[in-house]
Amino acid sequence: MLKDEDRIFRNLYGFEDWGLKGAKKRGAWRGTKKLLEKGRDWIIEEIKASGLRGRGGAGFPTGLKWSFMPKESDGRPHYLVVNADESEPGTCKDREIMRHDPHLLIEGSLIASFAMGAHVGYIYIRGEFIHERERLQAAIDEAYDAKLIGKNNVHGYDFDLYLHHGAGAYICGEETALLESLEGKKGQPRLKPPFPANAGLYGAPTTVNNVESIAVAPDILRRGASWFAGLGRPNNTGTKLFCISGHVNRPCNVEEEMGITLKELLERHAGGVRGGWENLLAVIPGGSSVRCLPQDCCQSLNMDFDSLAALKSGLGTAAVIVMDKSTDIIRAIARLSYFYKHESCGQCTPCREGTGWMYRVLDRMARGEAEKREIDMLLEVTYQVEGHTICALGDAAAWPVQGLITHFRHVIEERIDQYSANPKPEGAVREPAAAE
Amino acid sequence: MPKLIIDGNEIEVADGITLIQACEEAGVEIPRFCYHERLSIAGNCRMCLVEVVDAPKPVASCAMGVNELRPGRDGGPPEIRTNSETVKKAREGVMEFLLINHPLDCPICDQGGECDLQDQAMAYGVDGSRFIENKRAVEDKNVGPLIKTIMTRCIHCTRCVRFMTEIAGVEELGMTGRGEDAEITTYLEQGMMSELSGNVIDLCPVGALTSKPYAFAARPWELRKTESIDVMDAIGSNIRVDTRGREVMRILPRNNDDVNEEWISDKTRFVWDGLRTQRLDQPYVRVRGKLKPATWNDAFAAVARKVKGLSGSKLAAIAGDLAGAEDMFALKDLMTRLKSANMDCRQDGAIIDPAKGRASYLFNSEIAALEEADALLLVGTDPRWEASVLNSRIRRRWRAGAIKVGLIGPETDLTYEHDYIGAGPQSLADLASGKYDFFKTLKGAKRPMIIVGSGALARSDGAAVMAQVAKLADAAGVVKRGWNGFNVLHHAASRVAGLDLGFLPGKGGLDTAGILKAAQSGKVEIVFLLGADEIDMADLGKAFVVYIGTHGDAGAHRADVILPGAAYTEKSAIYVNTEGRPQMADRAVFPPGDAREDWAVLRALSAELGVPLEYDSLAELRSAMFAEYRHLAMIDEIDHSDGLDLSALSAGGARLTKQPFARTVTDYYLTNAIARASAIMGELSAMKAGVEKTGTDG
Repeated sequence: MLKDEDRIFRNLYGFEDWGLKGAKKRGAWRGTKKLLEKGRDWIIEEIKASGLRGRGGAGFPTGLKWSFMPKESDGRPHYLVVNADESEPGTCKDREIMRHDPHLLIEGSLIASFAMGAHVGYIYIRGEFIHERERLQAAIDEAYDAKLIGKNNVHGYDFDLYLHHGAGAYICGEETALLESLEGKKGQPRLKPPFPANAGLYGAPTTVNNVESIAVAPDILRRGASWFAGLGRPNNTGTKLFCISGHVNRPCNVEEEMGITLKELLERHAGGVRGGWENLLAVIPGGSSVRCLPQDCCQSLNMDFDSLAALKSGLGTAAVIVMDKSTDIIRAIARLSYFYKHESCGQCTPCREGTGWMYRVLDRMARGEAEKREIDMLLEVTYQVEGHTICALGDAAAWPVQGLITHFRHVIEERIDQYSANPKPEGAVREPAAAE
Repeated sequence: MPKLIIDGNEIEVADGITLIQACEEAGVEIPRFCYHERLSIAGNCRMCLVEVVDAPKPVASCAMGVNELRPGRDGGPPEIRTNSETVKKAREGVMEFLLINHPLDCPICDQGGECDLQDQAMAYGVDGSRFIENKRAVEDKNVGPLIKTIMTRCIHCTRCVRFMTEIAGVEELGMTGRGEDAEITTYLEQGMMSELSGNVIDLCPVGALTSKPYAFAARPWELRKTESIDVMDAIGSNIRVDTRGREVMRILPRNNDDVNEEWISDKTRFVWDGLRTQRLDQPYVRVRGKLKPATWNDAFAAVARKVKGLSGSKLAAIAGDLAGAEDMFALKDLMTRLKSANMDCRQDGAIIDPAKGRASYLFNSEIAALEEADALLLVGTDPRWEASVLNSRIRRRWRAGAIKVGLIGPETDLTYEHDYIGAGPQSLADLASGKYDFFKTLKGAKRPMIIVGSGALARSDGAAVMAQVAKLADAAGVVKRGWNGFNVLHHAASRVAGLDLGFLPGKGGLDTAGILKAAQSGKVEIVFLLGADEIDMADLGKAFVVYIGTHGDAGAHRADVILPGAAYTEKSAIYVNTEGRPQMADRAVFPPGDAREDWAVLRALSAELGVPLEYDSLAELRSAMFAEYRHLAMIDEIDHSDGLDLSALSAGGARLTKQPFARTVTDYYLTNAIARASAIMGELSAMKAGVEKTGTDG
């Protein structure tokens, strides 16, 4: 279990003062100037050495991402964009940072911008986050007033930070769609290449980072890369915010070491699965986009990028959605499918047409109104979507369905059998045949 | 020059091109829907996926630059596969997705037979559908009288949106909604007011946007296709005339990178219904004030009765805007044989003196050179309505941020930003003296360009305006070694050929204004109008008018004898565009009824008048014409041998007046007799007037 002194987010639950005073008391803004004085390369090397991987879902090494920014400006400005469009179902970590520890994010933005030669940063915050927006803006104002950021600040590096709020579209969490939206256009992902580090916001070199990735950076630099790298498991280092929701006794957000076992995570922090571990049906370990894992995979499961990838799932945003045996897993995944159908931007063919198709087939399957051969057809459709789209939303829509079919094909088949044995207009969901 | 291995063949391609272009160079055709060479890259249809060896997933070849590919194994050239199992599966998957919500209405779809989706479904589609859910239906949009929408067929390639935004410069189309509810629509459900809107019909890879006037009229395989040249403006857009039986069913663009690329204006595309109505299909002779149908012999005899015994100075001829070079050559020949020097091809009264060299009235830099121009001054012209496809080129250059445009003339929406310098000749003179900043822009430019339109020349002080422009061109260095940016933009398709052929007042002859004046005073007794309808017929006084033309328009109403001729789709003729580029149109259909090709009418008439022309066939006529005017034989090529002498040009001319330049085109849709006979053009004209009246302008 993570020791208290190793925690980065010490006000995760908002028990203490979120403001500048409280943040300073917890260590924020301490020696920031000294960190900057060590230079750009040192910062990037430290972040690289810490093994920090992007906390937005894909787990791309953050230091490496920063190093893609051009060393010298070719005349274009550089930008840092913080992705605070936290919309992945099950995920609620960034909002806690922004409303309870906003100064970590602001300090991180300054340091990251310095490391990539950006004098302007944008925080793109999800439209629905009203309170968080107000809190974060207040914190930014505090930082300006204290001359921590802005022109001629105490750190000697001009840096302006703007908070921009979106209109509540999931797709705007995709980094290039976010940039489009930030530019005032319709939020549709761009074609890559060019990658944002070459041509991002307004065509200038841009790095888009998740809130958590940025917010942990100051502490990593203050405490040293080796401290961070010493936590967790190889290639999956540091601490991580886990969002535990669903059928646990005490759903919560918690900062833990990477690689903690799922069982320990649930039992120590969330009061265990409702009705005991044996009552666990499945977990979705990393936000709605990753493949779900049935109970037998979860026994000694390490919660980190590589362990979950080995099971063809993923750590994603570390939003653990727990489902006990009362769950209708087909309906649950069908609901996720509906979400992706609803949030598809409609730009490219496989996602626009495929998400609706997948949802409709799943919706019928949840009622049992399907044929067994359609299961394989549905699986094939998911593969037709996966990897063929402009952005990763197509993949995100396909994976939950693939997870369902991989692990719970028998449930679908049973449902179909139930329905075909006793077809009723309302379907077989509410009244399983055995109950009659 | 990156090297690639495409399907096992190594090729070297140019820098900066995309993978789809590289594949094409390697002779591999890649299926596509959204990609179009002349539009920005959307990469959204996903049909052009190819496999890049060692890449994690298939890549959209339209969006991947060849320079961005990582080297292949062992540092060799990147390897691309376009026919592997992965690629086949990916494309079949995309095709299935495109088809699941596409209606199966090919039998009643006008795109049938020339549909990209249909064609590619033959290659990548499967025979059955696995999709048993309900298909999506999308409400059709009303986008005006030209384009029929069946939006359920739309596959969201956004070609139309990109065309309207990027090329037409009218941001009236867009995609609203998201996911499977995304729709292409005009945001406010209003008609598209663009002079280039018809091109989206060609661009649409499916049957979502089809031609409304052509709806259910014909199938592509029933049509005979004839290559021709457009005469609606002086650009000479290359067109294809599709006919069935004796009727023109539709007009489509042909690609010509030097002229119109692959766009044509709406007038060019939809004017064809005007070829069917108001046609003069037999000769008429005015008897006791009324036009009566007559035989050719009677009509010729009526003319002959009048002409016989009259001295040449009492005869005159005016050529209209749509005349072919052969027709004007024959009429000039006839007039010369009748010893008349009174003839003019400039019915708008433009003052152009071919004696100052051919380069003084041509678009010297050539249209394609707009791609290089970095400063442009428009004088008395509104290219948007006078030469729509040329305007789209200026817009593209402007969008690339590479050109600065100044305008002297009536202020107008050109679809791109421009410095408005002034309304008339005074501004021109001030500019030449360096009073405006734009002079510096022009002088500092590497490839400066001036375009003078008819609005600046068709006026009493036209020669002085021309002289002023020449002075400005000289002062700003518009003409330099290897670059001639002095351009005249004509609006009449016949104009340059007429000037080349010298269809102009001979020694002591009268020009258009002179002819009209003389006709009124009775000094000219017989006027031949070769399709000239845009003069004020009241000015012809009591003259005996012989009208050779195609439509029952102003000229025919005034005529005493009507000799029915052939429209541009009905004859093989040479048209010289504003660049001086002779282009040959082929005959697509025969003229209606008794009507004949104009040169043949003139040949027959000449025999009746006792001065027979010396050619009995079009080939003979052409060889006579080519013998005299060699450059007309250089089809599609421009003869630049006659260099521009700016000092000669700047010498002429009386004083500039204060009168501002007028608009050449006041009603875009009704500029000639064919367009005025077209119901579609009439509707568009009324619509445009309505829009302008109900607009915010008051």
